[in-house]
Amino acid sequence: MEIAVCVKRIPMVGGKIVVTADGQGVDTRMSGFTVSPHEECAIEEAVQLTQRLGGSVSVLTLGPPEAADQLRDALALGASRAVLLETDGAEWGPIATAEAIAEQALRRAAGPEGPYDLLLFGNEAADTGGYQVAVRVAHALGLPCVTGIKNIEITDDRASASREYRGTEELFDLPLPAVISVKEGINLPRYPSLPGRLRAKRAPIERYPVQRRDDGLRTTGLRVPAGEHRRADVLGNGPDAVPALVRLLDELGVLS
Amino acid sequence: MTVLCLVELDGDGPAEPSLRALTFARRLAGPAGVTAVAFGMGAPGSPGPAGSPGPAGSPGPAGGPLAAEVSAYGAADIYAVTAGRLAGYAPQAWARALAALIGETSATAVVAAGTDRGSEVLAHLGAITGLPMAANCTSASRGADGSYRLVRHRWAGSLLEDAVLETAPALLTVAVDAVTAEPVRAAGGSVSAAESLPAGGSVSADGSMSAAGSLPAGGSVPAGGSVPAQVHDYQAELDEADLLVVARESAERSAGVSLASARVVVGGGRGVGGPEGFGPLEELAGLLGGVVGVSRVVTSQGWRPHRQQVGQTGTRISPELYLACGISGAIQHMAGCLSAKHIIAVNTDPDAPIISHADYAVIGDLNQVIPALVAALRARAGSS
Repeated sequence: MEIAVCVKRIPMVGGKIVVTADGQGVDTRMSGFTVSPHEECAIEEAVQLTQRLGGSVSVLTLGPPEAADQLRDALALGASRAVLLETDGAEWGPIATAEAIAEQALRRAAGPEGPYDLLLFGNEAADTGGYQVAVRVAHALGLPCVTGIKNIEITDDRASASREYRGTEELFDLPLPAVISVKEGINLPRYPSLPGRLRAKRAPIERYPVQRRDDGLRTTGLRVPAGEHRRADVLGNGPDAVPALVRLLDELGVLS
Repeated sequence: MTVLCLVELDGDGPAEPSLRALTFARRLAGPAGVTAVAFGMGAPGSPGPAGSPGPAGSPGPAGGPLAAEVSAYGAADIYAVTAGRLAGYAPQAWARALAALIGETSATAVVAAGTDRGSEVLAHLGAITGLPMAANCTSASRGADGSYRLVRHRWAGSLLEDAVLETAPALLTVAVDAVTAEPVRAAGGSVSAAESLPAGGSVSADGSMSAAGSLPAGGSVPAGGSVPAQVHDYQAELDEADLLVVARESAERSAGVSLASARVVVGGGRGVGGPEGFGPLEELAGLLGGVVGVSRVVTSQGWRPHRQQVGQTGTRISPELYLACGISGAIQHMAGCLSAKHIIAVNTDPDAPIISHADYAVIGDLNQVIPALVAALRARAGSS
């Protein structure tokens, strides 16, 4: 089973997002980078599936040259190939991103390795939250697609996938090849092993230059919502604060 | 100007997130500009089986409760979509029908709630039409040149993006945490100047109308609310490929108080220290009639199951009270509790980010504070 996992390099924002002075981006001078939580789970799911069913995992990203770091992280976890669709660092919209990924999938399908059986994505990127690249790639490749998945079972040439829906489970059955986006909770991602890290450090990364184009949705600025930063009334320190805390709970009407 | 709004069903009526989407759509379209689209309503104007096209405009029995409710939120028309083989939720098929309805109604925008289904269907619609789709918008207005000014969520609402959408029709999902559902006619409401203006264009000609929050509550339109929406049967033409992915719903419902709807949530983070540290939090949640929620570090460590995670990639909560214990307040976590009415933080670090998000704080170790609080509440219950 040949699986592609698509990930995106995003800043680790921690407790606070700082917008750059020109209001056009997030200040990342002090931050590290990672991939979205849903995508960490997509990598783990791909590794588990190939451990059970055989085959291999390719990890794919579109981003600046530094996005190779995120590919190496995935290689350390068990992916065996890494593909970087290399940009000049400008932000890409979902339409152009999906086109570039689909082109790469077609390039691979035309080569000796043949097509991917399954393309996994995170349900949405933690930063831009566009909720659509996986679906657009599926349409470009003419493949069935389902999003927001919390469980995947593969039998022969079909995938059964499920997700939560208002307190029940919603079940889907897809013929392979297919495109599936997953959500955190589908598995518990492993930590990389030391041999994995060493292997990843030496592994080759395939690079393809890609040209950006406009999507029709143009960002004019970013801002932190107003009223976001209040400062708590401190009720006290340690267990001494408990009487004040009990009075407050009573005032808030949560004590029956 | 016609704005199509995908209405998801909850039983016979519209689901709550769709009421918010309808409110958003009405503010964008102006009165009488909203056309609701619902799937799987059965066939209005029965006796015919599902899929038999009835006469346009006949308010059939199946349209009853839904028609009344969507009218209250300003929709003048409902398309009830049926197709011979379309039973249940089929994302691509729903999008195919919406694409056809854009043509049928000359819609200038399509709006859906930013739910799993709403996001998924609009992504398919974007792919089918080749149009951009803007997810989780909090406001939208149409300028004189036909372009849209949008505000949308990034980082699950921790950051706002101002954007211009240059293509039409606009495909928008609504950040349901950020928009309140408001019927057209509130009790004792008067005619609101903004809402009684004729359709969209003039309201937003200067591009200054913000959809969320700028209109007075309780606005009323003479035609809205009292006149039930006209129900139109619509038979979607689908390809075989549109029906490759169809949902089956499992019957079982999860029991117990759900995290998403709990009135009180007691949160535990890294400060809990390990899987064995949650006893006092569970006990406190029990005393307050609430449930325990946790931060991402807790689920990543495997201390608690993911279904208990509050956050951007977990559950969004909206309790009366969120008592966040040993939680630093990362963006990822705060995105899940933005809708909490009151937040109390218990944390050893007075400079933790959570302190600037909370209303009240106790500076101290939760492993001392929470057992003491539990003891105090027990003593109080015993003496009353």
